[in-house]
Amino acid sequence: MANGNGRVGLRQRLSQAGDQMRSSQLWSSIFRPGSPFRHGYTDSPRNRSYVIMNNVLYHLHPVKVKRHAVRLSYTLCLGGLSFFLFILLTITGIFLMFYYRPTSPQAYLDIQALSTDVAFGQLVRNMHRWGAHLMVLTVFLHMARVFYHGAYKPPREFNWVVGVVLLLLTLLLSFTGYLLPWDQLALWAVTVGSNMALYSPVIGDQVSFALIGGVQITPDTLLRWYVLHVLFLPFIIVVFMAVHFWRVRKDGGISGPL
Amino acid sequence: MAGLPDHILRRSAEARAKAEGRDVEEVFAELKGEAPPKPAAPAEPETSAPDAEQPPAAESAEEPAEEPAAAPSGATTMRDLDTESQQYGVPVALLQRAIQARAKREGRELVAAGAPAATTEAGAVTPTPAAAAEPTPRAAPPAIPEGVTTQRLLTVVKAGAIQQVKSTPTDKVSVWPHLLAIEFVALMVVLAGLIIFSVFVDAPLLEFANFNEQPNPSKAPWYFLGLQELLSYFDPQVAGVIIPGFGLVGLAMIPYVDKNPAVKPSDRKLAIMIFSFFVFAAAILTTYGSFFRGPGFNFTFPWTDGIFFDF
Repeated sequence: MANGNGRVGLRQRLSQAGDQMRSSQLWSSIFRPGSPFRHGYTDSPRNRSYVIMNNVLYHLHPVKVKRHAVRLSYTLCLGGLSFFLFILLTITGIFLMFYYRPTSPQAYLDIQALSTDVAFGQLVRNMHRWGAHLMVLTVFLHMARVFYHGAYKPPREFNWVVGVVLLLLTLLLSFTGYLLPWDQLALWAVTVGSNMALYSPVIGDQVSFALIGGVQITPDTLLRWYVLHVLFLPFIIVVFMAVHFWRVRKDGGISGPL
Repeated sequence: MAGLPDHILRRSAEARAKAEGRDVEEVFAELKGEAPPKPAAPAEPETSAPDAEQPPAAESAEEPAEEPAAAPSGATTMRDLDTESQQYGVPVALLQRAIQARAKREGRELVAAGAPAATTEAGAVTPTPAAAAEPTPRAAPPAIPEGVTTQRLLTVVKAGAIQQVKSTPTDKVSVWPHLLAIEFVALMVVLAGLIIFSVFVDAPLLEFANFNEQPNPSKAPWYFLGLQELLSYFDPQVAGVIIPGFGLVGLAMIPYVDKNPAVKPSDRKLAIMIFSFFVFAAAILTTYGSFFRGPGFNFTFPWTDGIFFDF
């Protein structure tokens, strides 16, 4: 292992250290057998199976999928991207929660402070907002894609219903978040939007009252929608997503080919 | 016991003889329901031929040829299809078919039912002399004597009743690396696009919320603008409740309404047309409500009066 000078070079030392680290008990306890990060990983059909089977991703993906399923043009990754955007929105949302108080003047001031006083505050808020709009779009496009592939047909009928619920929950998440900046745009967009609930037959008043916590939007509405936005609806949507993904696997994986 | 081949009978006879300490031949004869046999006792196949009154004598012709080693008595080998049919629960027609098939396979000529042709038939086939010469080696028959059928047709099951045709094996690829690599790249592209967009375009933040000053126009979030647009055509009950309500329920009911099992677009044109109609209607209404509605939610051209729309 010595170079021309009879001394061990830096490169060799580094690679030795790397080997040592990957052979350690700690490392191999983290990366399960078959992981590409493990010492001595080789690319073989067996290991390709282990990468998925011994990985948390096994909850989402089978070891093998039909060949057409990996064509980008079949799914356009829309479902996966919706899920990814949900995770991204959760991360950026948690960041925003550190700087936000859902009370009347403070909410607006916190958002202002976010763009001036907080490092990356404006960027993260932008990502949260644009990501949310993008998620509404990808969820909708995912639904259209599934329809055009006839992927809602038996045995996938119920998963389509779950998907419609997820679309509705996505819209509600976006809508409840819309109020939180507590500016003119938020207040009046939500006023217009939630006024539609008033027109529900028979129970319109009650629905509207429960939704905005009064006969009109008040600072109390802010707290109510904040809790819905950061806790209640995410909890519900995660439950439905779990069922959705599980049913995708149970109903025979991706549909098609056409 | 007529249905059992002799070599099997013999085996059980040997076992029983050993257990009861008796003579093998005696037990064997008992099992066969005959008097204790003398080596010469078994009738030659030819003797069975005159039993022409047995209804389907067709197979009686080949039967002696089939089991020459066992050299059975004529009574046991003669096939009475009716009896056999009752005994095994196999329709007569199927038995006949099996006999015909066997005859065809072995290249023999099938004799018409009822004809006492056994003499000519069996005589022509080679094993008969062997059968005549047989008596002595009976003591130690081979495990499966040559020419003895060890299987019989029990029943014929129609295909499709029991057989479940599984889906044909499909061409599959490993998720790692093929799918995961694509997904990873897709996520990175979207993440990069989102970050770059967020760097250059700020989320809107207007003035502090003011209950006394409604902006003109006031618009809902963009995904509700199609509904808001409908509100300017229909009664609020219709546009705000009935249409979205029925829309959502109708959407969820698609799989239960669309009974067409086809997935090829060319085989489901109606479904695609209806769905596309609603998608385009929603897109047009949303675009219209977003960009072509100005103060008082009146019609404007975005390129003359500006855009009254906030994300």
